[in-house]
Amino acid sequence: MGQKFAADHEHKEEGVSFLTFLVNYRGEIFSRTLEHLLLVAAAMLAAVLVGIPLGIALVRRHNLRRWVLGTANVIQTIPSLALFGFLIPVPFLGGIGARTAIVALALYALLPILRNTYTGIAGVDPAVLESARGMGMTQRQILWDVQLPLSIAVILAGVRVAMIICIGVATIAAAIGAGGLGVFIFRGVAMVSNSVILAGAIPAALLAIGVDLILGWVEEKLTPKA
Amino acid sequence: MNPAPGSDGLAVELRNVGYCLGKRQIVGGVSFKVAPGETLVLLGRSGTGKTTTLKLINRLLETSSGEIFIEGRPQLEWDPIRLRRRIGYVIQDVGLFPHWTVEQNVAMVPRLEAWPEARVGQRVREMLELVGLDVAKFAARKPSELSGGQRQRVGVARALAADPPILLMDEPFGALDPVTRAELQREFCELAKRLEKAIIFVTHDLREALLIGTHIGLFTEGRLAGIYEPDEFLRSKDAEARAFVDSLSAGESWDRSSPQITSTRRKA
Repeated sequence: MGQKFAADHEHKEEGVSFLTFLVNYRGEIFSRTLEHLLLVAAAMLAAVLVGIPLGIALVRRHNLRRWVLGTANVIQTIPSLALFGFLIPVPFLGGIGARTAIVALALYALLPILRNTYTGIAGVDPAVLESARGMGMTQRQILWDVQLPLSIAVILAGVRVAMIICIGVATIAAAIGAGGLGVFIFRGVAMVSNSVILAGAIPAALLAIGVDLILGWVEEKLTPKA
Repeated sequence: MNPAPGSDGLAVELRNVGYCLGKRQIVGGVSFKVAPGETLVLLGRSGTGKTTTLKLINRLLETSSGEIFIEGRPQLEWDPIRLRRRIGYVIQDVGLFPHWTVEQNVAMVPRLEAWPEARVGQRVREMLELVGLDVAKFAARKPSELSGGQRQRVGVARALAADPPILLMDEPFGALDPVTRAELQREFCELAKRLEKAIIFVTHDLREALLIGTHIGLFTEGRLAGIYEPDEFLRSKDAEARAFVDSLSAGESWDRSSPQITSTRRKA
């Protein structure tokens, strides 16, 4: 593989166009895109499964709120490459490869999901909640029939932001051997080849735009009309 | 379903009820009885514990002292959810579910109680007619497509839908414009006479209290200063009762006195 790339690099210098490069490497671009998507999907699944219930719990637990949101904020400020680095020596979660990357991506995705879930649920009109409780809805019914439908747009907006962050940050995952479109970017940087960098950057950007559009559509479908 | 009062014929009874928030006593020593067909108006200035007392009845707040009996049974023996479904609740901000249609809002408690769908539909039609809303026109609307008065009509219809023997109302007409308010007060008065429910109604408006109440309970500083019949209230020597009666006559003579009077009738 390495030799092939070195050879290609020379070709490029000889004027082989970017398009030709894309055509030649369409197989690898496709498989790296898939790898990228799988990393993001696994991380997002974990972040949603943890973030939404935790965000809901924070509405009722005032004492927990500051700690949990604070921790999520701090994680967000750690540079992505450093976070990947920190995780490598951690037992069970860490090591070289996709698992570590998924953990790091999930941590990044957590804050927007957590914060928007909390904000959405806490923002439901108190009069609506009072009447729901006063008319004899159980906590579970209030959550599923009132709070979640009324905050779904805000929660989904958080998922969208988390998704975009994840797709972007996942390009760094290649640094710890997790694969994905970042492989092209790191390789391109090492080879000083714009074509190779773009072969990773452009699909990643298209992925982000496409996923955002799909989630925007889902958001519109799920938001109850007031 | 007819009202099922306790063996003593009472729907609601409070015995020496108090509520504390931390060390601060919000309400203390409140006792009253309400039988089916009666409307007890809790009258008082803002912050005197009227709303708190109301919320103690359907356990949105838990009493700190004293006892409450609902249909002759100690309130604490009731499952809170069952209890609330037997008590209609109407608040000033209505609190209709904005993502549900009028029909779904009114059908809420019957559906929670798993009534057969045909009966739910019939009940919703009855309730909307009862509060003067055209079913064909309003059933499919969302709350955002209603005026304030229409919203509160739906709020009342929703509270009555499962035919609860008890109705709690917290300044239900307080946020409406004066004309709509007078209209709803009048209609509600008629409704209350027909329905044979035990109604507890919170207001700071004496005019409303006199119109709607069969009894008026006057609140001052978290205590019930006295329970009066409407004409008795007007003759009362109690200082707070006098203050309310004076505000009434002041309101009537606004056009020949100073402009400050308009402000005394507003909610503080």
